[in-house]
Amino acid sequence: MAQEYKLILKHADEPGYTPDMECYLRHGGYQALKKALALPVKDLPDGKKLSGPEQIREDVKVSGLRGRGGAGFSCGLKWSFVDRKSGKPIYLICNADESEPGTFKDRQIIHKDPHQLIEGMIISCFANDVKLAYIYIRGEMPEGARILNQALKEARAKNFLGKNILGTGYDLEMHVHRGAGAYICGEETGLIESLEGKRPYPRIKPPYFPAILGLWMCPTIVNNVETLCNVKHIVTLSGAEFAKLGTPNNTGTRIVSLSGQVKRPGYYEIEVGKATLGELINDPKFGGGLREGRRLKAIIPGGSSSKVLKAGEKFKLKKKDAEGKEILVETDVLDLPYDFDSLAQAGTMSGSSAIIVMDDSVDIVGALANLSEFYAHESCGQCTPCREGSLWMNRTLQRLTHGEGRRQDADYLGKIADNIPGGRTICAFGEACSWPVQSFLAKFKDEFVAKGAADEARRAQSISGAAAGTSVAPVAPH
Amino acid sequence: MSAAATTENKPAAPAIEKIKVKVDGREIEVPRLIADWSGKLTPTTMIQACELAKTEVPHYCWHPKLPVVGNCRMCLVEFGTPALGPDRKPVLNPDGTPKIAKSPRPAISCATPVSPGMEIYTKTPAVKQMREGVLESLLINHPLDCPICDQAGECKLQEYSVDYGQSASRFVEAKVHKPKAVDLGPRIMLDAERCILCTRCIRFTRDIAGDDALGIINRGSYNTIATFPGAPFDNNYTLNTVDVCPVGALTSKDFRFQMRAWFLKETKSVCTSCATGCNILIGSREEKIYRYTPRDNDAVNASWMCDAGRLNYKWIGRADRLQDVWVRGQKSSWPAAIRELADKLKQAPAGSVAIIASARQTNEELWLLAKLKARLGALSDAIPREGESDKLLVSADRNPNTNGARLTGICFTEMGINLVKIADGIASGKIKTLIVFGENIVKRAVAHDKLRERETISEVVDEHGITAELLGKLDALIVSDILPNETTRLAHFVLPGAAPAEKRGTFTSGKGRVQKFMKAVEAPGVARAEWEFLQELVHHVTGQNNGLTVESLFNQMAREVAAFNGLTWQALGDTGVTVQI
Repeated sequence: MAQEYKLILKHADEPGYTPDMECYLRHGGYQALKKALALPVKDLPDGKKLSGPEQIREDVKVSGLRGRGGAGFSCGLKWSFVDRKSGKPIYLICNADESEPGTFKDRQIIHKDPHQLIEGMIISCFANDVKLAYIYIRGEMPEGARILNQALKEARAKNFLGKNILGTGYDLEMHVHRGAGAYICGEETGLIESLEGKRPYPRIKPPYFPAILGLWMCPTIVNNVETLCNVKHIVTLSGAEFAKLGTPNNTGTRIVSLSGQVKRPGYYEIEVGKATLGELINDPKFGGGLREGRRLKAIIPGGSSSKVLKAGEKFKLKKKDAEGKEILVETDVLDLPYDFDSLAQAGTMSGSSAIIVMDDSVDIVGALANLSEFYAHESCGQCTPCREGSLWMNRTLQRLTHGEGRRQDADYLGKIADNIPGGRTICAFGEACSWPVQSFLAKFKDEFVAKGAADEARRAQSISGAAAGTSVAPVAPH
Repeated sequence: MSAAATTENKPAAPAIEKIKVKVDGREIEVPRLIADWSGKLTPTTMIQACELAKTEVPHYCWHPKLPVVGNCRMCLVEFGTPALGPDRKPVLNPDGTPKIAKSPRPAISCATPVSPGMEIYTKTPAVKQMREGVLESLLINHPLDCPICDQAGECKLQEYSVDYGQSASRFVEAKVHKPKAVDLGPRIMLDAERCILCTRCIRFTRDIAGDDALGIINRGSYNTIATFPGAPFDNNYTLNTVDVCPVGALTSKDFRFQMRAWFLKETKSVCTSCATGCNILIGSREEKIYRYTPRDNDAVNASWMCDAGRLNYKWIGRADRLQDVWVRGQKSSWPAAIRELADKLKQAPAGSVAIIASARQTNEELWLLAKLKARLGALSDAIPREGESDKLLVSADRNPNTNGARLTGICFTEMGINLVKIADGIASGKIKTLIVFGENIVKRAVAHDKLRERETISEVVDEHGITAELLGKLDALIVSDILPNETTRLAHFVLPGAAPAEKRGTFTSGKGRVQKFMKAVEAPGVARAEWEFLQELVHHVTGQNNGLTVESLFNQMAREVAAFNGLTWQALGDTGVTVQI
């Protein structure tokens, strides 16, 4: 039976646990940092020597840690791309611009256990020879910024930050930078531009890969809050032990933000892949099921950008049988293990691990119009397909939800959405704004067509009614 | 080995390695590195490779002289690279050719470097579909007001719509409305609805002009180009943003609503406002000049010119232009005047004639004057004209042909030092005849380095002693000019000349670039190109016939003037040749 497994949020919700230094130290805080800083040089069988930082980097690779921000990219691999020979300083940025609709996990860490993040960051900085790090926090989280600044102050006072940290000769400074309220600042190159004081226009890649040409054109690591916290636990547990959590290639734990029409919305930390979507929605330990008398209609499984799943959908998942042979197993949407790879096989993604549940009371066209409005508002407008397409889709959907639809609008909308994703835009926002439209249309097209048809019928009736002299409220022309 | 040969064998800059790529199936060799917008060698991009392969890749935001931003997405192409096996060795097809792994995602050709063996596909159905998609996106909120848009006829939205767009629109929503006729600065007007947000203007003024004056406000489809509040877009290079704007968003207040672009005749010419010699195109129709635009010349002005030079054309069409030949206050004719002048000069005792030429005259004209000078034993000089230089194009020397005056022997290295001697000669009665070309020597005004268009070309900068009173002592004051002024009013002989836009010729720039320019419009009345009547005069006075065309004059000059040896009119091409100065 699926269980919560609290690694990151082990103490956060305990009664009496406070975000200050004393409380964190009472709960064993900064021990992982001391362990990391004290790692002796390791002699390898081939005669090579591995420094402490190199060992941590190696251990993060062994741990199989994947990024918790949305893309699920291997953290160890990301770190291995960093250009360490350029002679330029290396920067580390914590991406705390959590703004994917449905997602509210990072703010739990920041608000309740900020030192865990800072410890994870200091270790990550030490592992990557970083002397200056930033926490880029979403503009709408002023309380989080205040808590982090207080925590940084405490960490400096204890010499966990600053010059000659704990007498090891390692120097590190860390700053909190508040965003100004734009979703696009969560895109790592947009974030870097914003941090440089510019408009957060994502950079083109090539050539501006952060690992080579990041902040101030220097090698830069950008990691999510939860990812950086995990580094602390990798040092505590060792990479190999950490990798035993979760399932192969989907190691560790994830904090799932569960919202929508379930009885117990909230955040739940699970071992990756050890709970299914169905368990997360229906198990009394998690969502506790839908409201009385309601049936499941749709699930957005990984933040609003991920492709929607429809109740009753079946997928062919690759599994290994008893002899280790790969077989395809038909799996219901509710039986999908909640991990990176299973959801990818189902044609969607676990993204920022934010599950939005919709029951049969939801107007699917209205739900998409709501999402679409968000993306039209948040597109930075740098590149053409996303700038124009996001607003076009929104205007169409607003028309559909305001009684001015047409029967052909479903196809019309689909064609607009098809012109945006697939590498046509500078950043993944193009995908983020078009995938919901494409997937809603693919799975609920009849509802869009029906809505348009009903509007057409009403307009036709209004015209014939007017001709017959009866009074029917006219529909405003668009 | 001779010394010369040794010099030639000096180790050259290391040759740039060539790599082979295929563009739409055609193999082509391209350099691995190519100069980017700032001149720095950077890996060759797909769009540059396609350009070398003479394959057009449509683009809006990419400009060879501006940093790459990759935002318009018009240049998306498909591509493939040689597939590598697990052993990192190329996988081969059965016929031995390398197997190409086609990328699942397209790439912007403006920012993606080429690699050996890469294949670029610019004509696939997917590429066609992507271009259609981008064009559709650009047009849905565009006002489609081509009939009243100044850019019509030279608009990339129009051109690419014809080449790559769709014939019908399916857009049924309300368009986004943005500010129109926005006064960005003294010379620039913005129509934000026409703007496609390529940011060329922002990059030009920030990275080329060094004035970070423009930016984008708002978000998404509501993005709008704007200046900082209360800070007008006003530097000496603002009008270049009108040139780089691929659509009708930025327009020149000077050219706005004046003439449809397709009616303009474009004539290759050179700006005469300073010694830089920016290459320009003169846009004219029915003998009227409507605009100057910069013409690419990487050795001189890249693709730019300053606003002051660009707007310095209106005097050419002034109503009070000198249009007649005057002899002692009476209208005369060219044959009569030239005959009289020739007789007079032939009889003049050596040293009794002085020549004040202008460094705004062409090489050929100055060379012809130098021939008169030699025959007459005359003192000669020209008038220096100084202003402030800037870091980009404007030279402190505001004469377009100072080096021409020096190389032809009209003046010394330091221009103007003979003026005192000429003044003394007139005062002592030794100099009886003064020939003045294109300079209002009586006026001592300065100030022509302001941004405002200048009203006249005849403004003398340096002070000297040749006053109107002194000129009254002369037996003959022979003046050729374009506009009437105090000196032409005092003259016994007035010979109406032609503006550079009204004739052909060459200038030698401050850096020794010999550049030719063509005739855009006719001179008014009987005004003639100075070289035409000067060569007649020289023929009559010296008996030398140097040719009747500007080509033959130039070629003869190139044979006689050391610095120009080896040059021919034809070899100058459109962008000129640099000589030792």
